[in-house]
Amino acid sequence: MALEDKQEKAVRHAFGNVLSFFVLLLIGVFAFSIRLFSVIKYESVIHEFDPYFNYRVTQYLTKNGVYDFWNWFDDRTWYPLGRVIGGTIYPGLTLTAGTIWWILNFFNIPLSVETVCVFTAPIFSAFSSWAAYLLTKEVKGVGAGLTAAAVLAMVPSYISRSVAGSYDNEAVAIFALIFTFYLYVKTLNTGSLFYATLNALAYFYMVCSWGGYTFIINLIPMHVFLCIITGRYSSRLYIAYAPLVVLGTLLAALVPVVGFNAVMTSEHFASFLVFIILHVVAFAYYLKGILTPKMFKVAVTLVVSVGMIVCVAVLAILIAVVASSPTKGWSGRSLSLLDPTYASKYIPIIASVSEHQPPTWPSYFMDINVLAFLVPAGIIACFFPLSDASSFAVLYIVTSVYFSGVMVRLMLVLAPAACIMSGIALSEAFDVFARSIKLQFPIAKQTDDASAEDSSQVSTNNGVKPASEKTEDTLKERPSRKSKKKEKEKEKSKSTSVTKQIKKKLLILPFEASLVAIVLLVLLGSFYVVHSVWAAAEAYSAPSIVLTSRSHDGLHVFDDFREAYSWLSHNTDVDDKVASWWDYGYQTTAMANRTVIVDNNTWNNTHIATVGTAMSSPEKAAWDIFNSLDVKYVLVVFGGLVGYPSDDINKFLWMVRIGGGVFPHIREPDYLRDGQYRIDSQATPTMLNCLMYKLSYYRFVETDGKGFDRVRHTEIGKKYFKLTHFEEVFTTHHWMVRIYKLKPAKNRIRGKTKKFKSKTSTGRSNQKRSTRATRKNPYP
Amino acid sequence: MGRSTTAKEAEALVQSLRSAYSATPTNLKIIDFYIAFAVVTALIQVVYMAIVGSFPFNSFLSGLLSCVGTAVLAVCLRIQVNKENKEFKDLPPERAFADFVLCNLVLHLVIMNFLG
Repeated sequence: MALEDKQEKAVRHAFGNVLSFFVLLLIGVFAFSIRLFSVIKYESVIHEFDPYFNYRVTQYLTKNGVYDFWNWFDDRTWYPLGRVIGGTIYPGLTLTAGTIWWILNFFNIPLSVETVCVFTAPIFSAFSSWAAYLLTKEVKGVGAGLTAAAVLAMVPSYISRSVAGSYDNEAVAIFALIFTFYLYVKTLNTGSLFYATLNALAYFYMVCSWGGYTFIINLIPMHVFLCIITGRYSSRLYIAYAPLVVLGTLLAALVPVVGFNAVMTSEHFASFLVFIILHVVAFAYYLKGILTPKMFKVAVTLVVSVGMIVCVAVLAILIAVVASSPTKGWSGRSLSLLDPTYASKYIPIIASVSEHQPPTWPSYFMDINVLAFLVPAGIIACFFPLSDASSFAVLYIVTSVYFSGVMVRLMLVLAPAACIMSGIALSEAFDVFARSIKLQFPIAKQTDDASAEDSSQVSTNNGVKPASEKTEDTLKERPSRKSKKKEKEKEKSKSTSVTKQIKKKLLILPFEASLVAIVLLVLLGSFYVVHSVWAAAEAYSAPSIVLTSRSHDGLHVFDDFREAYSWLSHNTDVDDKVASWWDYGYQTTAMANRTVIVDNNTWNNTHIATVGTAMSSPEKAAWDIFNSLDVKYVLVVFGGLVGYPSDDINKFLWMVRIGGGVFPHIREPDYLRDGQYRIDSQATPTMLNCLMYKLSYYRFVETDGKGFDRVRHTEIGKKYFKLTHFEEVFTTHHWMVRIYKLKPAKNRIRGKTKKFKSKTSTGRSNQKRSTRATRKNPYP
Repeated sequence: MGRSTTAKEAEALVQSLRSAYSATPTNLKIIDFYIAFAVVTALIQVVYMAIVGSFPFNSFLSGLLSCVGTAVLAVCLRIQVNKENKEFKDLPPERAFADFVLCNLVLHLVIMNFLG
C-alpha cells in the first residue's frame, strides 16, 4: 500500500512537472507573440529615439568587433566635443544583441542586425516571465509561480517598453533584475555559496544593462537590515549578502560607465553600511554561541559602551565628508527620485523629459490594470506565513510603488513586483476555493476517506498544483482512487486525522459560493487578458517614427521623419553638420548619418543651452551662433499642418528655459504675453522674431491662405516674411520636418547705414529689427 | 570600586573567551587563521595607501577588495563546515569547499581584470 501510494505520488509529481513545463513554454510563446503587434501593423522597424542610438552602436559593434567598440570615440555627435562611447554607455544591451547576432551568423542563419535588434526585447520578455516563475516559486510555490509568470507575460507596463522594435536598455534590464532577485532569494533559502556567486554575476549583468541597478544595490541591503532588526538573522543571510557586496562592488567597478562611482557615490553607501552592521551582528551571534549567557551579558555591556563611542565618531566623520559636497554625494537623477521637486528647481533638462513626470492615477489602471487591487491581497497572503523570501517580496512592492509614484518611467519597476504579488494572491484564492470544492464534492461518499486523503493530499497538493485552473481536472481523478482505498484506509486513519479533518473543515466555504467565486476569478483574469491585448495592440505598438491616422478616405501614413533623414543622407555631404533640438539627435546620426550638435544623451547642458539660445534668438544672432559651431543645416519639426502635437513649437518654451539657464539674456517672460504662450497676432515681438518661429512658419501661409495652425488652433501672427540668413532646402510631404541651410556670409560688407536696411527686408518686422539692431550688420 | 569590578569582569570575559575558543576544532581554527591573515593584509594595504597616496585607485581597490572578499568567503566556508550549525548538517564539507574555491576563482578573475 505504501509502495502504491509512493508510486501514485511519483506519477502525480511527474504529471505535474510535465504540465508545468508545457505551461511555461506556452507562457514564453505568448509573451513573445503579444509584443509583435507593431511588426504586423507597421513594419519591422526600430521605434522612438533612444533605440536608434543603441542600434547604431550595435551596428558598429558587429562591424568592427569588441575592442574597437570598447575604445570608440564618436565624433559624429556633440560636435565639436565628441563623445566617448565606451565609457558612457551601459553596454549590456548592445553586447547581448551583438552576441546573439554573432551566434546566429556563426551557424549561417543570415539575420540582419536590425532584425536581431528589433526582436531582442520580445525574446527577453519571455525570459523575464520564466525568471518571474522561478522567483515566485521560491517565495510561495509552483502555483503562484505559474500565475505570476502568466501575468507578467502580458502586463501592459512591461509591454510598453519591450515591444518588438523598442530596442532600449529596459528590454534586457528587467530580465536581469528579476533574475538577480531570484538568485538572491534562492541563496537566502538554501544558503548555498554557489548561488551567491551566480547572484553576483547576475548583478554584474544588471549593472551592465541599466542605470536602475542602484535599485538592487539599495533594496537588498534594506531587506538585510529589515531581517536583522526583526530578529530573522541567520547564517544564510550572511552567505546571501556578504559575498554579493564584495563581488558586486568589484564587478560594478569593472563597467566603465560606473567605474569608481561604485565606491564613491552615496547610492552605494547603504550597501557598505549594512555590510558593516551585518558583520557586527554576525560577530555578536558567534560570541553568543560560544560564551555562557552570564559572560555574554558582560561582554555586551563592555562592548556596547566602547562601540557606541567609536560608531558615533566614525559616523560623524562620514557625515562631514558627505555633507561637504553640494549634492551630498548623490547624483542628480537619484536626488530627483528622492525629492520629486528637485529636478524642476535645479535641473531643467531632467524636468523636461516627459517620462520623468509623475504618473496620473489612470495610468496605474492602464498599466497594471487588475493587478492594482490584487496587490494588497498578495501582501496579506505573504504574511501567512512570513518568511525571509516573502518579506523581501513585500519590501520590493512597497519601494517600487513609492518610486513609480515619482516617475512614470519607473512604473516598469513596479510591474514585476505587482505581478509577483497578484500571482500569489490569485494562487492562494484558487487554493481556498478549490479545496472547498474538493472537500465537499463527494459529499455522500466519505467523511473518513476525506480525512485520509487529506493528510496525503495536503502534502501532494503543493507539489501537484501546476496551474491553479487545472485543480478541477485533478478533482475528477480523486473519486476513482478514493473508492479503491475506501476500505483499506478506513480504520488506520480514523484516529489520527480527525483533528486534521476538523482543521480543514474550518477553512471550507460553501460549495456554491466557491464555485461562483472561481468562475468570477476566471472572469477577472479574462478582463485582464482582454485589456492587455488591447493595450499592446492599440496603445503601445506605435513606432513614433511612422504615424498613422484614420479618416473617411482610409488610412493615412505619415513617414515624414524617414523622408527627411533620407533626403539628408542623399543630398548633403558626409561631413556636414546638422543642428536640431536634442530629441532628434540619435535618429539623425543613425538614419541620416550626419554629424549633429546635440543629441538625446543630454550630458552637456551648456551645449544644449547654446542650441536653445540660437533657436530663441533673432536670425542674425542665431546665424552667428550656428556659424561658430560649423553648422550647415538646421532641422525643425513642425506639426501645424497636420496637427502633430509634439513639434518644436510646443517644445519651444523648454528651449527658452534651458537656454536662459546658461545665457541670461534669454528671458522666458519675453516670449509670453501676459504669462500665456501664444504664436498668434497677440504674441510678443521677441517670439515673432525668433528663429524657431520663422523656421517653422516660413511660407506656411501659402498652404491655406490664412496660416491656420492646427495644433495651436489659431492663425499665426506674422504671415508674410522672408528669411535673410537661412534658405529653405527641403520640406517634407506633410510639412512635418523642415530643413534649412545657412546662407554663406556675403563677401562685400555694405556700409554702416541703418536706414537703408528697410530696402533689404520686407514685412512689418523690419521696423522692429532696425530699431532693435544695436550692432552694425555687415551681412545684410 | 566600579573600575575594579569592570576590570575583573573584563578579565573573566577574556578568560572565558579564550577557554571557549580553544575548544573549537582544528579545521575551524585554520580557517580563522586564514581570515585573520587576510584582514591583516587588508589593513597593511590601507596603511600603505594612507602613506603613499591612492593614485592607481583601481589597484588599491582591487587589492583591498581581494583581501576582504577572500576573508568573507572564508567566513562563509566556516559557517558551512561548522558541525554545530544545524542548518548545514546535510551539506558535505567537500561541497562547501568546492563552492569556496569556485567563488574565489571568480573573485580573483575579476581582480586580475581590474588590477590594471
